[in-house]
Amino acid sequence: MSTLSLKDLNKIPVRLASGHRLCAGCAEAIIARQILMGTEKDVVVTCSTGCFEVSTTIFPYTSWKVPYVHTAFGNGAATCAGVESAYESLKRQGKIDKDIRFVNFAGDGATYDIGLQALSGAMERGHKMLFVCLNNEAYMNTGIQRSSATGMGASTTTSWAGSVSYGKKEYAKDMTKIIAMHDVPYVAQAAPHAWRDMITKSQKAFECNGPSFINALSPCPRGWRFPSEKAMEISKLAVETCVWPLYEVENGTEYHLSPESQRIADGKVEKKPVTEWFAAQGRYKHLMNERWEPVVEKIQSELDDRWNYLLKLCQL
Amino acid sequence: MMKPKHNDIAINGDSAVALAWKQINPDVCAAYPITPQTIIVEKFAEYVANGEVDTEFVCVESEHSALTLCTTSCSAGARTFTATASQGLAYMWEMLPITSSMRVPLIMAVANRTVSGPININNDHGDVMSARDTGWLSLFAENVQQAYDMSIIAPKIAENHDVQLPCLVNLDGFILTHAIERMTPIDTQTVKKFVGEFEPLYPLLDTDHPVSHNLMDGPLFYFPHKYQMVLAMEKAKKVAQDVFDEFAKISGRQYHLVEEYMCEDADCIAVVLGSSFGTMKEAVDQLRREGMKVGVAMPRVYRPWPVEDLAKLMKGKKAVIVMDRHLSVGSYGPMFPEVCAAALENKEVPEMYNYIYGLGGADTMVSDFMSVYKDVKDGRAKRVNYLGVSE
Repeated sequence: MSTLSLKDLNKIPVRLASGHRLCAGCAEAIIARQILMGTEKDVVVTCSTGCFEVSTTIFPYTSWKVPYVHTAFGNGAATCAGVESAYESLKRQGKIDKDIRFVNFAGDGATYDIGLQALSGAMERGHKMLFVCLNNEAYMNTGIQRSSATGMGASTTTSWAGSVSYGKKEYAKDMTKIIAMHDVPYVAQAAPHAWRDMITKSQKAFECNGPSFINALSPCPRGWRFPSEKAMEISKLAVETCVWPLYEVENGTEYHLSPESQRIADGKVEKKPVTEWFAAQGRYKHLMNERWEPVVEKIQSELDDRWNYLLKLCQL
Repeated sequence: MMKPKHNDIAINGDSAVALAWKQINPDVCAAYPITPQTIIVEKFAEYVANGEVDTEFVCVESEHSALTLCTTSCSAGARTFTATASQGLAYMWEMLPITSSMRVPLIMAVANRTVSGPININNDHGDVMSARDTGWLSLFAENVQQAYDMSIIAPKIAENHDVQLPCLVNLDGFILTHAIERMTPIDTQTVKKFVGEFEPLYPLLDTDHPVSHNLMDGPLFYFPHKYQMVLAMEKAKKVAQDVFDEFAKISGRQYHLVEEYMCEDADCIAVVLGSSFGTMKEAVDQLRREGMKVGVAMPRVYRPWPVEDLAKLMKGKKAVIVMDRHLSVGSYGPMFPEVCAAALENKEVPEMYNYIYGLGGADTMVSDFMSVYKDVKDGRAKRVNYLGVSE
């Protein structure tokens, strides 16, 4: 599949059936379908515990039309690496004659926090697998608790905005760059409204012949407090405000902006202020109060610094 | 020059386990170093480096990942083994019941070591006892030969489609793992033929027949799924004995669900696990010379718990002493209530005593075990006793 057309993509068998139990407007299933359109080869899917795992596999039902396994929360990378190791062994011994790809889906908690050790280990060891973070920026499955992926200022059930608090006090961890620093062949940051970009990145990840990582922003209507039909608009806004720049890193050092973010870098599209991002979501609504103006300025300044740093990396 | 009569070798317990797995030649091994297990993976890594096995050997970043990787590797269709001890098993704990409920016939050697704290690297059964309720089969070895034999026997029990459960092979840390003993290995072809090809059920890599593993159970399904494991454990008793009998044919060494020594005419018997079984046999020999009618037994198979065989063993006995090398602080040793429960199968229940001994590697000598029998005979034993600790 060299060029991406909707017509061709439609020919790829559906791996994730409809009828799963994700919330209305949730982006996770959309992202998973896009990722799985990135290869026409056989795929084994693994999952870390989380919204996506729970919603697609409630016994006696399964939404998976491909082999699937889940074990626990913090070990998605090892769960996937186990299947891949079995494949490598059986293939080398001539006991299996297939070309199979491996992908793990994990939430941000299972990537940034509890899953970081297993993920780092799997990336270092070089398993030929794709690790996808369905990043909805908090522990949504347990009810919107903050994670290290949660943006500063977000009100969550463990970092409430209150009379003396503006919400989460810390910036989100830059997980994409942390994995890029593992010098793996392919790392990317993606968002579901940019479907062509997401699928292209998935294709590259599946065919990079080593470990790969895609950090996909997954707008969450329940946790972020926006109407369920707005997920793709919110996704787009994250890129337009440079809260979530789209880029890829090849071999740990070659940074490239993806088309939408490149247009902002080139000055062809306006870089929107972070206040537009805040105004669109209930979790940030309190920041619109003039009391928290210094906080908003601080966040804007940090976002600008991060964006400028990324631009420098892309120019290296 | 005379040819040696046997092909016996001098080998430590860890190396004996590694040798068994070299002969079995598994598809995957993922492990993490921890004393006193480390020699197993070091030795096995040597076999990998020299091309003596076909195994995909994965040096993971933690025991949690070791057991995770081995679990899904096995459910993918690869024969898989690993090894751990103490803190390693504790770190794996989250995965233990997941592995068993996924019905993955994975084998794990446990070089039994106490669990921190205080931190201590020596032998007791704190690690394996903390794993006892997790749905794994559990076999115990008395000496190096048995550590080797159990390693060959374990996959044949675990992989039986009527059982389909993971299995722990226990060998006492340092006492067996590092001690060099004389051992009779079996030739590799015989081992391979005995263990046979791995025939996985619903392997993940069979992409033509996609199956979802480890789904979420609501209250309607969780309990019935657990009950299926109960049935599998029950079937494992017969399967284990059949495998032991078959193993006797290739090795000349006959094993039983419960091993007995001088129990038949004994008034008082002790029940013990692991290497102490050997020490207690010597204690029994010496006491027999003094005219005391004593015996000792070891559950070879700790899970499934061999209730019937233990009940038969205890029938008509005056006293039963349960030797626990672990302590449930605030209660008894972990094996004591289980032996008592097995005793209830008979109309008459013997006097029951619990001795906690050897925690954190505290040396327990033949004379110590002799004193236990004597204390019981002379009425000095309490219900629970802490051997060697001044109370």
